[in-house]
Amino acid sequence: MSAEGHDHTIDHEHEHHHKDTFITKYIFSIDHKMIAKQYLITGIVMGVIGVTMSLLFRMQLAWPEESFKIFNILLGDKWAPNGVMTNDIYLSLVTIHGTIMVFFVLTAGLSGTFSNLLIPLQIGARDMASGFMNMISYWLFFLSSVIMIGSLFVESGPANAGWTIYPPLSALPQSISGSGLGMTLWLVSMAIFIASSLMGSLNYVVTVINLRTKGMSMTRLPLTIWALFVTAIIGIVSFPVLLSAALLLIFDRSFGTSFFLSDIYIAGEVLHYQGGSPVLFEHLFWFLGHPEVYIVILPALGITSEIIATNSRKPIFGYRAMIMSIIAIAFLSTIVWGHHMFISGMNPFLGSVFTFTTLLIAIPSAVKAFNYITTLWKGNLQLNPAMLFSIGLVSTFITGGLTGIILGDSTLDINVHDTYFVVAHFHLVMGISALYGMFAGIYHWFPKLFGRMLNKNLGYVHFWVTAVCAYGVFFPMHFIGLAGLPRRYYTNTNFPLFDDLQNVNVLITVFALIGGAFQLVFLYNFFSSIFYGKKAVQNPWKSNTLEWTTPVEHIHGNWPGEIPEVHRWPYDYTNPAHDVDFVPQTVPMKEGEEVLHH
Amino acid sequence: MTSLLVIIVLVLLAVALWQLTKIFDLTQVGSNSDRSEIATDDDNNVQGYLMFGFLAFIYIFSIYGLFKWGPLVLHTPASAHGGEVDNLMNITWVLIFIVQAITQVLLHYFAFKYRGKKDQKALYFADNNKLEAIWSVIPAVVLAGLILYGLYAWTNIMFVDEDEDTVVIELYAQQFNWKARYSGEDNVLGKANVRFIEGANSVGVDLADPYAQDDIVVTELHIPKGKKILFKMRSQDVLHSAYMPHFRAQMNCVPGMVTQFAFEPIYTTAEYRELPFMVEKVANINALRSKKSLELVAKGETALDPYTFDYLLLCNKICGASHYNMQMKIIVDTPEDYKAWLKDKATIVSEVKAAMAEPAATDGASGTDSIKTKDTAAVAITAMK
Repeated sequence: MSAEGHDHTIDHEHEHHHKDTFITKYIFSIDHKMIAKQYLITGIVMGVIGVTMSLLFRMQLAWPEESFKIFNILLGDKWAPNGVMTNDIYLSLVTIHGTIMVFFVLTAGLSGTFSNLLIPLQIGARDMASGFMNMISYWLFFLSSVIMIGSLFVESGPANAGWTIYPPLSALPQSISGSGLGMTLWLVSMAIFIASSLMGSLNYVVTVINLRTKGMSMTRLPLTIWALFVTAIIGIVSFPVLLSAALLLIFDRSFGTSFFLSDIYIAGEVLHYQGGSPVLFEHLFWFLGHPEVYIVILPALGITSEIIATNSRKPIFGYRAMIMSIIAIAFLSTIVWGHHMFISGMNPFLGSVFTFTTLLIAIPSAVKAFNYITTLWKGNLQLNPAMLFSIGLVSTFITGGLTGIILGDSTLDINVHDTYFVVAHFHLVMGISALYGMFAGIYHWFPKLFGRMLNKNLGYVHFWVTAVCAYGVFFPMHFIGLAGLPRRYYTNTNFPLFDDLQNVNVLITVFALIGGAFQLVFLYNFFSSIFYGKKAVQNPWKSNTLEWTTPVEHIHGNWPGEIPEVHRWPYDYTNPAHDVDFVPQTVPMKEGEEVLHH
Repeated sequence: MTSLLVIIVLVLLAVALWQLTKIFDLTQVGSNSDRSEIATDDDNNVQGYLMFGFLAFIYIFSIYGLFKWGPLVLHTPASAHGGEVDNLMNITWVLIFIVQAITQVLLHYFAFKYRGKKDQKALYFADNNKLEAIWSVIPAVVLAGLILYGLYAWTNIMFVDEDEDTVVIELYAQQFNWKARYSGEDNVLGKANVRFIEGANSVGVDLADPYAQDDIVVTELHIPKGKKILFKMRSQDVLHSAYMPHFRAQMNCVPGMVTQFAFEPIYTTAEYRELPFMVEKVANINALRSKKSLELVAKGETALDPYTFDYLLLCNKICGASHYNMQMKIIVDTPEDYKAWLKDKATIVSEVKAAMAEPAATDGASGTDSIKTKDTAAVAITAMK
């Protein structure tokens, strides 16, 4: 594989003479760096939409009887007459918020951006194994985003059966308004999204296996690559199952089959469906749905590993243990889906099995958390914004992860299932943590993406307000969940029992609004720095990995000359055998220098 | 009013942002920083202290939360198995708080303590098998304990012996209300399927089934204290979830299958209302309600009714637009009261007969059945609105 890299160099010299038109450079580009930027910016746009939706429904929850002009402006007369949100659109906002954030922002936006940017650059490859497939992957993602956003404008309203789209609710248009055209578009969009994701993942896996430069053995890969590589494998294993679930659901909806439906009486008539089971859908959905949360969080953890090591000026602690943890988490993630279904009506014996496998995940997760903390110990921490977000990630990953011990335990899940406790848990452990990972990655690799620096002071403001607001939103939410408040209620005013939770809901919304508003600081910083940011130097963070040996200005093929050869692992920071506090992977071992790590 | 609030918040945000940027800018004064956008020693210093401050924030916010919102969470369980659930929950909480307290301190304190300085050198510390073994084995042992306890409790709760003495009641879910079907004298529910739904036979009981003859369908759930109740759940349309938080009980209702959950209530409604924590909670809620009532009356609307506690059955699986209002009152009676309440309830068979007799007597036309069905649907639709 290493020899190939060199032959490739010669081929590439010729390719350089192509003149790029605007269209091949910025739109239908096959260059991985441009595709990364396309993923990132699409992801950010989708993120703005998804977060705005959450702010709208938080306002509804905090002040259910108020009328807001902003609802009327954004949602229109049909869905918010006189500024009062209808229950149908409330559920749509919840549904589309979840879908957009999980798939479009934290899967495509996070994994898509950083896999494309970092895999070729950090393993020492000219580009992805298939640049063309990479381009198709992005454009399918773009198409699915357009369809998903388009579904917001259909007459009967966007899908509103929850992002988990359990049938029969999602299958029967007579059961809820959004299960008409809105749901059809949702399913079409997701099917295209899955195709896009699979093309991307296959590409990532093949590239990592085949295109590593000379000397880049698997145990010299940066942890970002390990995380992105394993994430891609999880995606390949689990996304097709969601695709099949979506197809079967389309059959049930449109062709009268009964995969998920049986014995239904609705709107005054008995439907013909017989013999299917919604529980089957739940199995298929969560066979993707649970690995999906690792598809979301692993890249964030990989990014964090890289950033914490670089900014601590120390090797990541327990490199091999980190790799083993990533692999263990990936393996376990495919056999724990049933913990979403403890009370679905499946055999309670299965619940026991899934409790066992689920709680096992806490072990590799604990190893990762402790290894991060140990990496900080006796470091020389450069508290750049990327570093702050990485430390923030470890904090929320621990806080959110710990409550997983409650939810993963079938006995305890009985009473907190589908309450706000769950909402608090998964937002902290995968939502906020993954977003922090994404922000950290953007602050860290912005110089690589755009050749300019992000403003650090705006970065600091962005981090601190976000950090306080994230806890402000999700910490109190645990309590209202433990009080028994179900999620996905349009308003709680029909339950005097929950009247004493209303003040907490208001507080949560206030934190959410402030936190949401301060993301504008990031958006301003991001978009203005693309054009006016300070010009970056080649290796601003004094990092060891290969991407910082490429020129600041993007060129096809990444390295102007030959691809550099790798002589050491990526974490030789403050190596006592050297005078400087970083030793890039391209530096040959000194005579008599020992490898100081396992 | 609200727009004013929004404007004030926005202005405050802008001021806060300006101030914060100013503070960070000031940290640059004096240093010959060329604004490289890379953290300087001064930045590390400020951010390090902020990390320490954030640790204080997490701690203070957690403690404040525990005192302020802790009393809101579900208290004394009202079922026999609930004690075991809460016990396991409390043990888990203690562990979580210990781990949380330690790790957050280490994380943020290290971020503060080892903030970068020019002449500081990091320690090259790449791995240590002993340490890693410690933090793999300790969680493994602790989790093994939790798993064993959890599985023991789970098995006790979820598996009901066939020959155990239980009261069998069906919970029937539909958009957007609950019904309960009592199995009557024989304690066996008659066969049922949505295909039998017709007119007054709203839960689709097979009226020909001998076991169905004494079945009773009601819209308010009464259960006797001190008896194990075996709930059989059905749904006629979409997924619902029968959530009874005070009893630590929940199970999905799935169209096409019968699911089940059993528990034994240990406090009657009257007894549970008298528990000190509940008296306090209700007083608190009523204080909030009367405050709100004052506002409502000032606006010319009707005041809210004062609240008295009742056990509730809530729908906890998104089931449609009015999901947020799908509930049924549960009343736990003494066994005597329960018997008295159930005694004079009409059986579903007699109700259907009565309903059949009525339209036949008035118009006597054929095909009334389908009309009747549609009427029920129309009523149901209006009811949900």
